[in-house]
Parts: sequence; C-alpha cells; structure tokens
Amino acid sequence: MTKHHVTTTVNGDTVEYLCDARETLLDCLRDKLNLTGAKEGCGTGDCGACSVTLDGRLVCSCLVLGVEAEGKQIETIEGMAQGETLHPLQRKFIEHAALQCGVCTPGVLVAAKALLEKNPDPTEEEARYWLAGNLCRCTGYDKIIRAVLDTAAELREAS
Amino acid sequence: MQYHRPASFAEASDLAAHATGITRFLAGGTDVLVQLRSEIVTPDTLIDIKAIDGVRDITRHADGSWTLGVAVTGAEMSEHPQLGREWPGVVEAMDLIGSTQIQGRATPVGNLCNGSPAADSVPAMVAAGVMATVTGPNGDRVVAVEDIPTGPGKTSLAQGELISALHIPARGANGGDAYLRFIPRTEMDIAVVGVGVNLRVDGDTITEARVALGAVAPTVLLVEDCARALIGTTLDDAALAALAASASAACKPIDDKRGTIEFRTEVAGVLAKRAAKIAYARAKGETA
Repeated sequence: MTKHHVTTTVNGDTVEYLCDARETLLDCLRDKLNLTGAKEGCGTGDCGACSVTLDGRLVCSCLVLGVEAEGKQIETIEGMAQGETLHPLQRKFIEHAALQCGVCTPGVLVAAKALLEKNPDPTEEEARYWLAGNLCRCTGYDKIIRAVLDTAAELREAS
Repeated sequence: MQYHRPASFAEASDLAAHATGITRFLAGGTDVLVQLRSEIVTPDTLIDIKAIDGVRDITRHADGSWTLGVAVTGAEMSEHPQLGREWPGVVEAMDLIGSTQIQGRATPVGNLCNGSPAADSVPAMVAAGVMATVTGPNGDRVVAVEDIPTGPGKTSLAQGELISALHIPARGANGGDAYLRFIPRTEMDIAVVGVGVNLRVDGDTITEARVALGAVAPTVLLVEDCARALIGTTLDDAALAALAASASAACKPIDDKRGTIEFRTEVAGVLAKRAAKIAYARAKGETA
C-alpha cells in the first residue's frame, strides 16, 4: 500500500508524517505525532471527543483523513495552554469541576474555545446547542455550561 | 484504497470513469468516512474534490441566482450574510444536520448524493428548484436535484459522473421558503418526516408553489398535488386542509423504530401546513 507523505501545521509547528489513505487525522495525531489529547470515543463523528480545528473550523478528527490535512492549519488541545499557564477555559473547568473521567474534556475545551472565538457572549442556549456534538457520560452538562459561560464573562471583562 | 486529489472536475470524472471497484467522491466526508469507518462501504478509489478551484465559493450572480461550490459546508451557508435572507428554508434545512463539528464539514451536495430519503437539505432544495451541474465523460449536463436520488443510497449519476455545482434560482420578489422536520428530540437526529415549501405571492394570493416531502418514500418527493392545493389560494383553512390531504396521500413510508407508517403519513400533513404558513409569511415580508 502506498503511503502518503503529508506536511501540515499542528499548533503552529510544521509537522510531517506518512500515512495510509484510510488513516484518520485522529490516528495520525495520536499514533504518529504522539498528540494523544484528542480521544477516540465513537469513531464515527457522534461524540466529539476527537474535536480539533482544521483551518479554524471545528471538526471531528475521526471524520477527516490524515491525507486531507496536507497544507492545513490544525489546532488541538495540546496547543491550548501557554506553557504552564492554562487557558481560561481550562482554569474554569477545574474551578467548576466540569469534568470527571476526562475523556470528553479535550474535545469539549476545543469546541468551547471555538465557540468563544466566534461568539464572546453566548446565551446558555447557544452554548448548549454549540456543544451538542460533545457527549459527556459522567457529569452531565450543567457544570460544563457554567464553566464555559463563566469563562466568557471573564474574557469579556478582560478585553 | 487509492486516494486522489484532482485539480479539475474533468480530471475527477476521468479518474472515476477509469476506476474499477467502488468509487466514492470525498467532500466533507460526513457520510463517506462514516461508512468507511463502519466498514459499510470501503471504496477502492476515493476522489477528494476539495482541491478543485472554486469548490468553496458561494456566488450570487447579477440576476440574483446563486451558485454553490460542491465543498461549501453547512456552516459556511449559515454564516453567509445574504444567502439565508433570500433562501432561509434552504439554509435552515442544511443547518439542522448534525452537530457543530458536522456542520464544519458536511455539504448539501454530499447530503444529496448520499441518497438518503431523510436528507434534510434535499426537500428544501427540491422546493427551491435547485439544479445541479453534473460533469461526466461526455461533458456537463444540468439536472434538477429531485432527479439525482433514485432510491435509498442510489443516484442517477453514471460511472464517471459527479456533481460539479449547485444552482439556486433567483429569489425574486414576494417569495418565501421554509423547511420543517419532525424528530423525537430537539437536536442531532434523523428526520422522521421533513417538508420543504417554496411559495410566491401576488398580494395575498399564492401564484407559485413547490412542496417536497422527505423520509416518507424511497426518495424525496416533489408533490404536484400539494402545489395545486396552494396555488390560487390565500392559504385559508380550506387550502391548508387540501395541502395536508395531498401531502398525506403522497406518502409511501416505511415502519421503523423512529416512526410508523400511520404516524409519518399524518405528520407529513401537519408539517406541510406549518411550513406553508412560515413560507407564506416570509413571501409576504411579514417575517424574516
């Protein structure tokens, strides 16, 4: 099977990998680039645990092929904190205990960051609809939504 | 699986025409890659059409008509400042599909070519009178979207043919469209019934109408009797009753876990009335 050589940008760094055409971007991030923050939950685009942004657009990395990443800009959970400094969303998720087992959390955070970049002042309903593609099987969603709305309020005050 | 990323539709067509085994075109991949991952359909040849010039473009022409590139996503349609003002039903129907993540990838062309009778964007596009350019080994042909699906998972596209653009007619004056679907929850589910309505009025009287039903037959249906029930009326109670009866009469649904034959047949009539009221109010400029 011919391998495809892919050059792409992940969290600002140029990276390269060889992949089979059937391998997903999620497989490539986890198995070739050792970026294991994005998780495989369902593997069919239903649960959002593998959420990343592709050229700024929130997607499920399990429903993107590794070869499709050629020349793209990818942002993952690993790019969210600045060194030891957590992103405000990450800090608020800890404050609000908006996670339990943590499998959905990277995807929820990436999705929530995309929401606040598009809409700095979402209503609760808008936040719930935006995050409807990120399933959590532990905590329920109230703490997650509270953490997202609290972060939005803090970021608005800071700006 | 061979992966190709052609630079033109002619090249994409040529690759598909000469491929053996199963060929799939890849735009957003929200059906093709799910089927690949679930081992339902493993293509021998996968042709990624997103590197072709113009496939991400939403273009409004001087005459008010629109061309949508084949890789235009639901999110891009929803974010467009003018498309949703002119064709709210088409944009809302596409926007009902899946999560934020799915909206970032899913395309109306893919929704059409997946051939699901429950595809939300398709009744809205059929009602709107959307046409598709099909590129094949013998050049281009233009086909009404209702003539693309031929049954669940099946289309009228021959080997080597692919859709290369969608064309939405000019909205024109005094027109409005709407799409409604029934699902058992509020978000992220597959239509049990979907109804698209597109109208034009002269004063209070409906002069043009197209009504399309989804998820009640092997393909999305364009129902002429529904249009006849509306044209010449002011959408009074008698017209609404005739519309509902025509919609229910056109249904040839299946029983499944999401809805019985009886339920789908009745709900098609109910949703047709509701969608017609929304489209009528939009046509008269009473609501956005």
